[in-house]
Amino acid sequence: MNNFQYARATDVADAIRLLAADPGAKLIAGGTNLIDLMKENVERPSRLIDISRLPLRKVEETPDGSLRIGALVPNSDLAYHPLIEQRYPLLASAILAGASAQLRNMASVGGNLMQRTRCAYFYDTATPCNKRHPGSGCSAVDGLNRNHAILGTSASCIATNPSDMSVALAALDARVHVAGPSSERTIALTDFHRLPGDKPHVDTNLGTGEIITAIELPPLGFAQNYSYLKIRDRMSYAFALVSVAAALELEGNAISGARVALGGVAHKPWRSLEAEAALRGQAATPDHFSHAAELLLQGATARSHNGFKVELARRAIVRTLTQAANATPQSQAHKKIA
Amino acid sequence: MGDLTHQIPERIPIHLVVNGVSHTLDLVPWTTLLDALRDHLTLTGTKKGCDHGQCGACTVLVDGRRINSCMTLAVMKDGAEITTIEGLAKDGALHSLQQAFIDHDAFQCGYCTPGQICSAAGLLAEGRAKDTDEIRELMSGNLCRCGAYPNIVAAIQQAMGQP
Repeated sequence: MNNFQYARATDVADAIRLLAADPGAKLIAGGTNLIDLMKENVERPSRLIDISRLPLRKVEETPDGSLRIGALVPNSDLAYHPLIEQRYPLLASAILAGASAQLRNMASVGGNLMQRTRCAYFYDTATPCNKRHPGSGCSAVDGLNRNHAILGTSASCIATNPSDMSVALAALDARVHVAGPSSERTIALTDFHRLPGDKPHVDTNLGTGEIITAIELPPLGFAQNYSYLKIRDRMSYAFALVSVAAALELEGNAISGARVALGGVAHKPWRSLEAEAALRGQAATPDHFSHAAELLLQGATARSHNGFKVELARRAIVRTLTQAANATPQSQAHKKIA
Repeated sequence: MGDLTHQIPERIPIHLVVNGVSHTLDLVPWTTLLDALRDHLTLTGTKKGCDHGQCGACTVLVDGRRINSCMTLAVMKDGAEITTIEGLAKDGALHSLQQAFIDHDAFQCGYCTPGQICSAAGLLAEGRAKDTDEIRELMSGNLCRCGAYPNIVAAIQQAMGQP
Protein backbone atom coordinates (compact mmCIF):
# COMPACT_ATOMS: atom_id res chain seq x y z
CA MET A 1 0.00 0.00 0.00
CA ASN A 2 1.29 3.49 -0.82
CA ASN A 3 1.71 6.06 1.93
CA PHE A 4 -1.16 8.51 2.17
CA GLN A 5 -2.58 11.30 4.28
CA TYR A 6 -5.67 10.61 6.35
CA ALA A 7 -8.47 13.06 7.04
CA ARG A 8 -11.72 12.52 8.87
CA ALA A 9 -14.64 14.49 7.43
CA THR A 10 -16.92 16.19 9.95
CA ASP A 11 -19.95 16.54 7.67
CA VAL A 12 -20.89 16.15 3.99
CA ALA A 13 -19.85 19.72 3.13
CA ASP A 14 -16.50 19.10 4.80
CA ALA A 15 -16.01 15.91 2.78
CA ILE A 16 -16.77 17.81 -0.43
CA ARG A 17 -14.28 20.56 0.53
CA LEU A 18 -11.57 18.02 1.38
CA LEU A 19 -12.18 16.22 -1.90
CA ALA A 20 -11.92 19.46 -3.88
CA ALA A 21 -8.67 20.40 -2.12
CA ASP A 22 -6.72 17.34 -3.29
CA PRO A 23 -7.20 15.85 -6.77
CA GLY A 24 -5.50 12.64 -5.61
CA ALA A 25 -7.86 12.13 -2.67
CA LYS A 26 -10.41 9.36 -2.39
CA LEU A 27 -13.37 8.87 -0.09
CA ILE A 28 -13.36 5.80 2.13
CA ALA A 29 -16.32 4.28 4.00
CA GLY A 30 -16.28 0.47 4.34
CA GLY A 31 -13.05 0.21 2.40
CA THR A 32 -13.70 -3.38 1.32
CA ASN A 33 -12.79 -2.72 -2.32
CA LEU A 34 -10.56 0.35 -2.05
CA ILE A 35 -8.15 -1.15 0.53
CA ASP A 36 -7.88 -4.28 -1.61
CA LEU A 37 -7.06 -2.19 -4.71
CA MET A 38 -4.54 -0.17 -2.69
CA LYS A 39 -2.81 -3.36 -1.57
CA GLU A 40 -2.54 -4.31 -5.25
CA ASN A 41 -1.20 -0.85 -6.18
CA VAL A 42 -4.12 -0.38 -8.56
CA GLU A 43 -5.33 2.58 -6.49
CA ARG A 44 -2.71 4.94 -5.05
CA PRO A 45 -4.60 7.82 -3.41
CA SER A 46 -2.62 10.72 -1.95
CA ARG A 47 -5.20 11.08 0.79
CA LEU A 48 -8.08 9.11 2.19
CA ILE A 49 -11.06 11.08 3.40
CA ASP A 50 -12.83 9.02 6.02
CA ILE A 51 -16.57 9.56 5.65
CA SER A 52 -17.57 6.56 7.78
CA ARG A 53 -18.71 8.75 10.70
CA LEU A 54 -20.99 11.03 8.67
CA PRO A 55 -24.69 10.89 9.63
CA LEU A 56 -25.85 9.02 6.51
CA ARG A 57 -27.10 5.83 8.16
CA LYS A 58 -30.87 6.29 8.20
CA VAL A 59 -33.50 4.33 6.29
CA GLU A 60 -36.49 6.67 6.09
CA GLU A 61 -39.91 6.61 4.49
CA THR A 62 -40.66 9.78 2.55
CA PRO A 63 -44.13 11.39 2.29
CA ASP A 64 -44.71 10.01 -1.24
CA GLY A 65 -44.12 6.42 -0.08
CA SER A 66 -40.54 6.15 -1.32
CA LEU A 67 -37.73 4.88 0.86
CA ARG A 68 -34.57 6.92 1.31
CA ILE A 69 -31.50 4.92 2.27
CA GLY A 70 -28.45 6.75 3.65
CA ALA A 71 -25.27 6.10 1.68
CA LEU A 72 -23.45 4.73 4.74
CA VAL A 73 -26.00 2.09 5.73
CA PRO A 74 -24.02 -1.17 5.84
CA ASN A 75 -25.06 -3.75 3.24
CA SER A 76 -26.05 -6.25 5.95
CA ASP A 77 -28.17 -3.72 7.85
CA LEU A 78 -30.01 -2.86 4.64
CA ALA A 79 -30.65 -6.49 3.68
CA TYR A 80 -32.08 -7.23 7.14
CA HIS A 81 -34.00 -3.96 7.54
CA PRO A 82 -37.69 -4.76 8.14
CA LEU A 83 -38.86 -2.29 5.48
CA ILE A 84 -36.51 -3.82 2.91
CA GLU A 85 -37.48 -7.37 3.84
CA GLN A 86 -41.19 -6.52 3.61
CA ARG A 87 -41.39 -4.03 0.75
CA TYR A 88 -38.27 -4.73 -1.36
CA PRO A 89 -37.34 -8.39 -0.79
CA LEU A 90 -35.70 -8.46 -4.25
CA LEU A 91 -33.10 -6.01 -2.94
CA ALA A 92 -32.58 -7.96 0.29
CA SER A 93 -32.06 -11.16 -1.69
CA ALA A 94 -29.56 -9.59 -4.11
CA ILE A 95 -27.52 -8.08 -1.27
CA LEU A 96 -27.39 -11.43 0.55
CA ALA A 97 -26.19 -13.10 -2.67
CA GLY A 98 -23.07 -10.94 -2.62
CA ALA A 99 -19.76 -11.12 -0.73
CA SER A 100 -19.59 -12.65 2.79
CA ALA A 101 -21.25 -11.81 6.08
CA GLN A 102 -18.10 -9.99 7.25
CA LEU A 103 -17.82 -7.89 4.08
CA ARG A 104 -21.53 -7.08 4.11
CA ASN A 105 -21.09 -5.82 7.69
CA MET A 106 -18.34 -3.48 6.50
CA ALA A 107 -19.44 -2.37 3.03
CA SER A 108 -21.66 0.69 2.65
CA VAL A 109 -24.49 1.11 0.18
CA GLY A 110 -22.74 4.03 -1.53
CA GLY A 111 -19.48 2.12 -1.67
CA ASN A 112 -21.21 -0.87 -3.23
CA LEU A 113 -22.21 1.39 -6.15
CA MET A 114 -18.60 2.58 -6.48
CA GLN A 115 -16.88 -0.82 -6.39
CA ARG A 116 -14.71 -1.55 -9.39
CA THR A 117 -14.56 -4.51 -11.72
CA ARG A 118 -12.88 -7.74 -10.61
CA CYS A 119 -11.36 -8.27 -14.09
CA ALA A 120 -8.06 -10.04 -13.31
CA TYR A 121 -6.19 -7.82 -15.80
CA PHE A 122 -7.46 -4.69 -14.07
CA TYR A 123 -5.93 -6.05 -10.87
CA ASP A 124 -2.65 -7.19 -12.47
CA THR A 125 -0.44 -4.12 -12.84
CA ALA A 126 1.98 -6.12 -15.03
CA THR A 127 -0.57 -6.25 -17.88
CA PRO A 128 -2.11 -3.56 -20.10
CA CYS A 129 -5.58 -2.38 -19.06
CA ASN A 130 -7.46 0.62 -20.44
CA LYS A 131 -9.45 0.94 -17.25
CA ARG A 132 -6.37 1.08 -15.03
CA HIS A 133 -4.04 2.83 -17.49
CA PRO A 134 -6.00 4.56 -20.28
CA GLY A 135 -4.63 3.88 -23.74
CA SER A 136 -2.52 0.87 -22.73
CA GLY A 137 -4.85 -1.68 -24.34
CA CYS A 138 -7.20 -4.41 -23.15
CA SER A 139 -5.62 -7.70 -22.12
CA ALA A 140 -8.97 -9.42 -21.74
CA VAL A 141 -10.23 -9.06 -25.32
CA ASP A 142 -7.77 -11.72 -26.50
CA GLY A 143 -6.96 -13.14 -23.07
CA LEU A 144 -8.75 -15.26 -20.50
CA ASN A 145 -12.18 -13.72 -20.77
CA ARG A 146 -14.46 -16.42 -19.37
CA ASN A 147 -15.85 -14.04 -16.72
CA HIS A 148 -16.22 -11.08 -19.03
CA ALA A 149 -19.06 -9.11 -20.56
CA ILE A 150 -21.22 -10.14 -23.51
CA LEU A 151 -23.37 -7.00 -23.75
CA GLY A 152 -22.46 -3.36 -24.28
CA THR A 153 -18.75 -4.07 -24.64
CA SER A 154 -16.26 -2.02 -26.63
CA ALA A 155 -12.91 -2.73 -28.24
CA SER A 156 -11.38 -0.93 -25.24
CA CYS A 157 -12.94 -2.94 -22.40
CA ILE A 158 -15.03 -6.05 -21.76
CA ALA A 159 -15.09 -5.82 -17.95
CA THR A 160 -18.25 -6.45 -15.93
CA ASN A 161 -19.73 -4.58 -13.00
CA PRO A 162 -19.45 -6.97 -10.03
CA SER A 163 -22.30 -5.70 -7.84
CA ASP A 164 -25.37 -7.79 -6.99
CA MET A 165 -27.06 -4.96 -5.12
CA SER A 166 -26.95 -2.69 -8.18
CA VAL A 167 -28.75 -5.28 -10.31
CA ALA A 168 -31.74 -5.24 -7.95
CA LEU A 169 -31.58 -1.45 -7.64
CA ALA A 170 -31.67 -1.17 -11.44
CA ALA A 171 -34.75 -3.40 -11.59
CA LEU A 172 -36.42 -1.33 -8.87
CA ASP A 173 -35.80 2.01 -10.68
CA ALA A 174 -33.76 3.35 -7.76
CA ARG A 175 -32.34 6.86 -7.83
CA VAL A 176 -28.97 7.97 -6.48
CA HIS A 177 -28.77 11.24 -4.54
CA VAL A 178 -25.44 13.01 -4.84
CA ALA A 179 -24.01 16.26 -3.48
CA GLY A 180 -21.24 18.31 -5.06
CA PRO A 181 -19.40 21.58 -4.53
CA SER A 182 -22.20 23.71 -5.99
CA SER A 183 -25.38 21.64 -5.97
CA GLU A 184 -27.22 18.44 -5.24
CA ARG A 185 -28.83 16.23 -7.88
CA THR A 186 -30.29 12.77 -8.41
CA ILE A 187 -29.21 10.22 -11.01
CA ALA A 188 -31.29 7.23 -12.10
CA LEU A 189 -29.47 4.05 -11.05
CA THR A 190 -29.66 2.86 -14.65
CA ASP A 191 -27.75 6.02 -15.69
CA PHE A 192 -25.32 5.91 -12.77
CA HIS A 193 -22.95 3.30 -14.22
CA ARG A 194 -21.53 3.75 -17.74
CA LEU A 195 -20.81 1.48 -20.64
CA PRO A 196 -17.06 1.38 -21.31
CA GLY A 197 -16.98 2.97 -24.79
CA ASP A 198 -13.59 4.55 -25.34
CA LYS A 199 -13.35 5.72 -21.70
CA PRO A 200 -13.44 2.53 -19.63
CA HIS A 201 -11.46 4.24 -16.85
CA VAL A 202 -14.66 6.15 -16.03
CA ASP A 203 -17.00 3.70 -14.29
CA THR A 204 -19.84 6.04 -13.36
CA ASN A 205 -21.47 9.37 -14.17
CA LEU A 206 -20.71 10.68 -10.68
CA GLY A 207 -19.07 14.06 -11.26
CA THR A 208 -15.65 15.07 -10.03
CA GLY A 209 -15.96 16.15 -6.42
CA GLU A 210 -19.41 14.64 -5.93
CA ILE A 211 -20.36 12.34 -3.07
CA ILE A 212 -23.27 9.87 -2.87
CA THR A 213 -25.56 10.79 0.02
CA ALA A 214 -28.53 8.43 -0.41
CA ILE A 215 -30.34 5.94 -2.59
CA GLU A 216 -34.07 6.29 -3.07
CA LEU A 217 -36.46 3.46 -3.86
CA PRO A 218 -39.82 4.33 -5.43
CA PRO A 219 -42.95 2.94 -3.72
CA LEU A 220 -43.42 0.00 -6.11
CA GLY A 221 -41.42 -2.85 -4.56
CA PHE A 222 -42.73 -6.01 -6.34
CA ALA A 223 -42.85 -7.79 -2.97
CA GLN A 224 -45.20 -10.53 -4.25
CA ASN A 225 -43.55 -11.69 -7.48
CA TYR A 226 -39.80 -11.36 -7.58
CA SER A 227 -36.62 -13.45 -7.62
CA TYR A 228 -32.86 -12.91 -7.69
CA LEU A 229 -30.98 -15.82 -9.23
CA LYS A 230 -27.19 -15.78 -9.22
CA ILE A 231 -25.22 -18.38 -11.18
CA ARG A 232 -21.55 -18.70 -10.19
CA ASP A 233 -18.64 -21.14 -10.09
CA ARG A 234 -19.20 -21.99 -6.41
CA MET A 235 -22.41 -21.84 -4.44
CA SER A 236 -21.50 -18.95 -2.17
CA TYR A 237 -19.07 -16.07 -1.89
CA ALA A 238 -18.24 -15.79 -5.59
CA PHE A 239 -18.98 -13.20 -8.25
CA ALA A 240 -21.75 -13.86 -10.74
CA LEU A 241 -21.21 -15.48 -14.11
CA VAL A 242 -24.77 -14.40 -14.75
CA SER A 243 -27.35 -13.03 -12.35
CA VAL A 244 -30.96 -12.04 -12.94
CA ALA A 245 -33.24 -9.77 -10.94
CA ALA A 246 -36.84 -10.30 -12.02
CA ALA A 247 -39.96 -8.55 -10.76
CA LEU A 248 -43.52 -8.92 -12.03
CA GLU A 249 -46.92 -7.38 -11.45
CA LEU A 250 -49.57 -9.97 -12.20
CA GLU A 251 -53.34 -9.82 -12.70
CA GLY A 252 -54.25 -13.46 -12.55
CA ASN A 253 -51.75 -15.02 -14.94
CA ALA A 254 -51.43 -11.86 -17.05
CA ILE A 255 -48.37 -9.66 -16.71
CA SER A 256 -49.24 -6.02 -16.10
CA GLY A 257 -45.71 -4.91 -15.27
CA ALA A 258 -42.26 -6.45 -15.62
CA ARG A 259 -38.71 -5.58 -14.74
CA VAL A 260 -35.65 -7.67 -15.56
CA ALA A 261 -32.05 -6.67 -14.87
CA LEU A 262 -28.95 -8.74 -15.55
CA GLY A 263 -25.64 -8.86 -13.68
CA GLY A 264 -22.31 -10.38 -14.66
CA VAL A 265 -22.85 -9.69 -18.36
CA ALA A 266 -22.06 -6.00 -18.84
CA HIS A 267 -20.21 -2.95 -17.55
CA LYS A 268 -23.44 -1.92 -15.81
CA PRO A 269 -26.66 -3.59 -14.70
CA TRP A 270 -28.38 -4.54 -17.97
CA ARG A 271 -32.03 -3.79 -18.69
CA SER A 272 -34.07 -3.80 -21.86
CA LEU A 273 -37.19 -1.66 -21.87
CA GLU A 274 -38.16 -3.43 -25.11
CA ALA A 275 -38.08 -6.82 -23.40
CA GLU A 276 -40.11 -5.50 -20.46
CA ALA A 277 -42.68 -3.91 -22.80
CA ALA A 278 -42.98 -7.21 -24.68
CA LEU A 279 -43.92 -8.99 -21.44
CA ARG A 280 -46.71 -6.55 -20.54
CA GLY A 281 -50.16 -7.86 -21.37
CA GLN A 282 -48.85 -11.39 -21.99
CA ALA A 283 -49.50 -14.54 -20.01
CA ALA A 284 -46.75 -15.46 -17.56
CA THR A 285 -45.58 -18.49 -19.52
CA PRO A 286 -42.13 -19.83 -20.46
CA ASP A 287 -42.52 -18.98 -24.16
CA HIS A 288 -43.12 -15.33 -23.35
CA PHE A 289 -40.21 -15.39 -20.90
CA SER A 290 -38.05 -16.90 -23.66
CA HIS A 291 -39.02 -14.11 -26.03
CA ALA A 292 -38.10 -11.52 -23.40
CA ALA A 293 -34.75 -13.27 -22.92
CA GLU A 294 -34.05 -13.04 -26.64
CA LEU A 295 -34.79 -9.31 -26.58
CA LEU A 296 -32.60 -8.81 -23.50
CA LEU A 297 -29.70 -10.64 -25.14
CA GLN A 298 -30.00 -8.94 -28.53
CA GLY A 299 -26.55 -7.95 -29.70
CA ALA A 300 -24.75 -10.25 -27.26
CA THR A 301 -21.15 -10.74 -28.41
CA ALA A 302 -19.11 -13.66 -27.18
CA ARG A 303 -15.32 -13.66 -26.94
CA SER A 304 -13.12 -16.74 -26.97
CA HIS A 305 -14.09 -18.08 -23.52
CA ASN A 306 -17.40 -16.53 -22.50
CA GLY A 307 -19.76 -17.77 -25.22
CA PHE A 308 -21.46 -20.02 -22.67
CA LYS A 309 -22.83 -16.93 -20.95
CA VAL A 310 -25.30 -16.23 -23.75
CA GLU A 311 -27.18 -19.51 -23.33
CA LEU A 312 -26.67 -19.45 -19.54
CA ALA A 313 -28.21 -15.98 -19.38
CA ARG A 314 -31.12 -17.02 -21.63
CA ARG A 315 -31.96 -19.97 -19.39
CA ALA A 316 -31.41 -17.99 -16.18
CA ILE A 317 -33.80 -15.25 -17.36
CA VAL A 318 -36.54 -17.78 -18.11
CA ARG A 319 -35.93 -19.56 -14.79
CA THR A 320 -35.92 -16.36 -12.74
CA LEU A 321 -39.09 -15.02 -14.36
CA THR A 322 -40.73 -18.40 -13.69
CA GLN A 323 -39.69 -18.21 -10.03
CA ALA A 324 -41.09 -14.66 -9.84
CA ALA A 325 -44.38 -15.63 -11.50
CA ASN A 326 -44.80 -18.63 -9.19
CA ALA A 327 -43.95 -16.53 -6.12
CA THR A 328 -41.16 -19.00 -5.32
CA PRO A 329 -38.15 -16.68 -5.13
CA GLN A 330 -34.68 -18.18 -5.13
CA SER A 331 -33.38 -18.66 -1.57
CA GLN A 332 -29.80 -17.46 -1.11
CA ALA A 333 -29.22 -20.00 1.69
CA HIS A 334 -30.97 -23.06 0.29
CA LYS A 335 -29.22 -23.60 -3.00
CA LYS A 336 -31.64 -25.80 -4.87
CA ILE A 337 -32.97 -23.86 -7.85
CA ALA A 338 -36.75 -24.18 -7.94
CA MET B 1 -13.13 24.19 8.62
CA GLY B 2 -10.34 24.23 6.08
CA ASP B 3 -8.07 21.51 4.86
CA LEU B 4 -5.38 22.22 7.47
CA THR B 5 -7.78 21.47 10.31
CA HIS B 6 -8.01 17.93 9.04
CA GLN B 7 -4.39 17.48 8.05
CA ILE B 8 -3.59 14.73 10.45
CA PRO B 9 0.12 14.10 11.02
CA GLU B 10 1.74 10.99 9.71
CA ARG B 11 1.41 9.10 12.99
CA ILE B 12 -2.06 9.25 14.43
CA PRO B 13 -2.88 8.57 18.07
CA ILE B 14 -5.83 6.20 18.35
CA HIS B 15 -7.63 4.58 21.22
CA LEU B 16 -8.86 0.99 21.05
CA VAL B 17 -10.47 -1.20 23.70
CA VAL B 18 -9.28 -4.70 22.87
CA ASN B 19 -10.75 -7.57 24.85
CA GLY B 20 -11.74 -5.11 27.57
CA VAL B 21 -8.30 -3.49 27.86
CA SER B 22 -7.74 0.13 26.77
CA HIS B 23 -4.82 0.85 24.46
CA THR B 24 -3.49 4.06 22.96
CA LEU B 25 -1.41 3.56 19.82
CA ASP B 26 0.44 5.93 17.50
CA LEU B 27 -0.06 4.48 14.04
CA VAL B 28 0.67 5.42 10.46
CA PRO B 29 -2.67 5.59 8.63
CA TRP B 30 -1.98 2.61 6.37
CA THR B 31 -1.76 0.22 9.33
CA THR B 32 -4.56 -2.31 9.10
CA LEU B 33 -6.44 -3.32 12.20
CA LEU B 34 -4.98 -6.81 11.70
CA ASP B 35 -1.40 -5.50 11.78
CA ALA B 36 -2.21 -3.26 14.75
CA LEU B 37 -3.46 -6.27 16.70
CA ARG B 38 -0.65 -8.61 15.72
CA ASP B 39 2.39 -6.31 15.47
CA HIS B 40 1.57 -3.49 17.89
CA LEU B 41 -0.43 -5.34 20.58
CA THR B 42 1.20 -8.78 20.04
CA LEU B 43 -2.23 -10.39 19.91
CA THR B 44 -1.20 -12.98 17.32
CA GLY B 45 -4.28 -15.18 17.71
CA THR B 46 -5.88 -13.29 14.83
CA LYS B 47 -4.31 -14.71 11.67
CA LYS B 48 -3.20 -13.19 8.39
CA GLY B 49 -4.28 -15.53 5.63
CA CYS B 50 -4.90 -13.99 2.20
CA ASP B 51 -4.72 -10.35 3.43
CA HIS B 52 -7.42 -9.53 0.84
CA GLY B 53 -10.70 -10.24 2.63
CA GLN B 54 -11.19 -13.54 0.84
CA CYS B 55 -10.35 -16.16 3.50
CA GLY B 56 -11.74 -14.86 6.80
CA ALA B 57 -8.72 -15.90 8.93
CA CYS B 58 -8.48 -12.30 10.21
CA THR B 59 -12.10 -12.09 11.40
CA VAL B 60 -12.60 -10.15 14.64
CA LEU B 61 -15.59 -8.49 16.27
CA VAL B 62 -15.71 -4.68 16.15
CA ASP B 63 -18.41 -3.23 18.39
CA GLY B 64 -19.93 -6.72 18.34
CA ARG B 65 -19.98 -7.17 14.55
CA ARG B 66 -17.75 -9.56 12.65
CA ILE B 67 -15.48 -7.95 10.07
CA ASN B 68 -12.27 -8.69 8.16
CA SER B 69 -9.52 -6.91 10.10
CA CYS B 70 -7.13 -7.14 7.12
CA MET B 71 -9.38 -4.82 5.08
CA THR B 72 -9.88 -2.31 7.89
CA LEU B 73 -7.63 0.67 8.65
CA ALA B 74 -6.96 0.88 12.37
CA VAL B 75 -7.29 4.69 12.37
CA MET B 76 -10.85 4.35 11.12
CA LYS B 77 -11.75 2.30 14.22
CA ASP B 78 -10.52 4.90 16.73
CA GLY B 79 -12.68 4.47 19.85
CA ALA B 80 -14.01 1.03 18.92
CA GLU B 81 -14.30 -2.07 21.10
CA ILE B 82 -12.54 -5.04 19.53
CA THR B 83 -12.92 -8.68 20.52
CA THR B 84 -10.34 -11.17 19.26
CA ILE B 85 -10.00 -14.90 19.85
CA GLU B 86 -7.92 -14.07 22.95
CA GLY B 87 -10.92 -12.28 24.48
CA LEU B 88 -13.59 -14.96 24.16
CA ALA B 89 -12.74 -17.10 27.19
CA LYS B 90 -14.02 -15.69 30.48
CA ASP B 91 -12.58 -16.39 33.94
CA GLY B 92 -10.61 -19.37 32.70
CA ALA B 93 -13.64 -20.98 31.05
CA LEU B 94 -13.67 -21.50 27.31
CA HIS B 95 -16.33 -19.77 25.23
CA SER B 96 -19.06 -22.24 24.22
CA LEU B 97 -17.80 -22.07 20.62
CA GLN B 98 -14.22 -22.85 21.65
CA GLN B 99 -15.44 -25.89 23.62
CA ALA B 100 -17.69 -26.97 20.73
CA PHE B 101 -14.79 -26.78 18.25
CA ILE B 102 -12.79 -29.07 20.55
CA ASP B 103 -15.74 -31.42 21.11
CA HIS B 104 -16.31 -31.79 17.35
CA ASP B 105 -12.64 -31.78 16.25
CA ALA B 106 -13.56 -28.83 14.04
CA PHE B 107 -10.05 -28.16 12.76
CA GLN B 108 -6.92 -29.83 11.52
CA CYS B 109 -4.04 -27.35 11.11
CA GLY B 110 -5.92 -24.72 13.13
CA TYR B 111 -4.83 -21.68 11.13
CA CYS B 112 -8.37 -20.67 10.15
CA THR B 113 -9.81 -21.52 13.58
CA PRO B 114 -9.57 -18.14 15.36
CA GLY B 115 -11.33 -16.52 12.39
CA GLN B 116 -13.90 -19.33 12.22
CA ILE B 117 -14.70 -18.96 15.93
CA CYS B 118 -14.89 -15.16 15.88
CA SER B 119 -17.05 -15.33 12.76
CA ALA B 120 -19.31 -17.91 14.42
CA ALA B 121 -19.59 -15.63 17.47
CA GLY B 122 -20.80 -12.89 15.13
CA LEU B 123 -23.18 -15.35 13.47
CA LEU B 124 -24.73 -16.29 16.82
CA ALA B 125 -25.16 -12.63 17.75
CA GLU B 126 -26.86 -11.90 14.41
CA GLY B 127 -29.39 -14.70 14.99
CA ARG B 128 -30.05 -15.21 11.28
CA ALA B 129 -28.90 -18.82 10.89
CA LYS B 130 -31.50 -21.42 11.88
CA ASP B 131 -30.43 -24.55 9.97
CA THR B 132 -27.29 -26.09 8.50
CA ASP B 133 -27.82 -24.52 5.05
CA GLU B 134 -28.03 -21.10 6.66
CA ILE B 135 -24.96 -21.75 8.83
CA ARG B 136 -22.99 -22.80 5.74
CA GLU B 137 -24.13 -19.79 3.72
CA LEU B 138 -23.46 -17.27 6.50
CA MET B 139 -20.07 -18.83 7.29
CA SER B 140 -18.95 -18.83 3.63
CA GLY B 141 -16.57 -15.95 4.32
CA ASN B 142 -14.34 -18.32 6.31
CA LEU B 143 -12.34 -20.82 4.28
CA CYS B 144 -10.82 -23.98 5.76
CA ARG B 145 -8.29 -25.54 3.41
CA CYS B 146 -8.09 -28.67 5.59
CA GLY B 147 -11.78 -29.14 4.81
CA ALA B 148 -13.12 -29.39 8.36
CA TYR B 149 -16.41 -27.84 7.27
CA PRO B 150 -18.79 -30.63 8.42
CA ASN B 151 -17.29 -30.51 11.91
CA ILE B 152 -17.29 -26.71 11.98
CA VAL B 153 -21.02 -26.73 11.17
CA ALA B 154 -21.62 -29.35 13.88
CA ALA B 155 -19.67 -27.29 16.41
CA ILE B 156 -21.66 -24.15 15.61
CA GLN B 157 -24.90 -26.12 15.92
CA GLN B 158 -23.81 -27.30 19.36
CA ALA B 159 -23.06 -23.73 20.44
CA MET B 160 -26.49 -22.68 19.10
CA GLY B 161 -28.00 -25.23 21.46
CA GLN B 162 -29.09 -27.55 18.66
CA PRO B 163 -28.42 -31.31 18.83
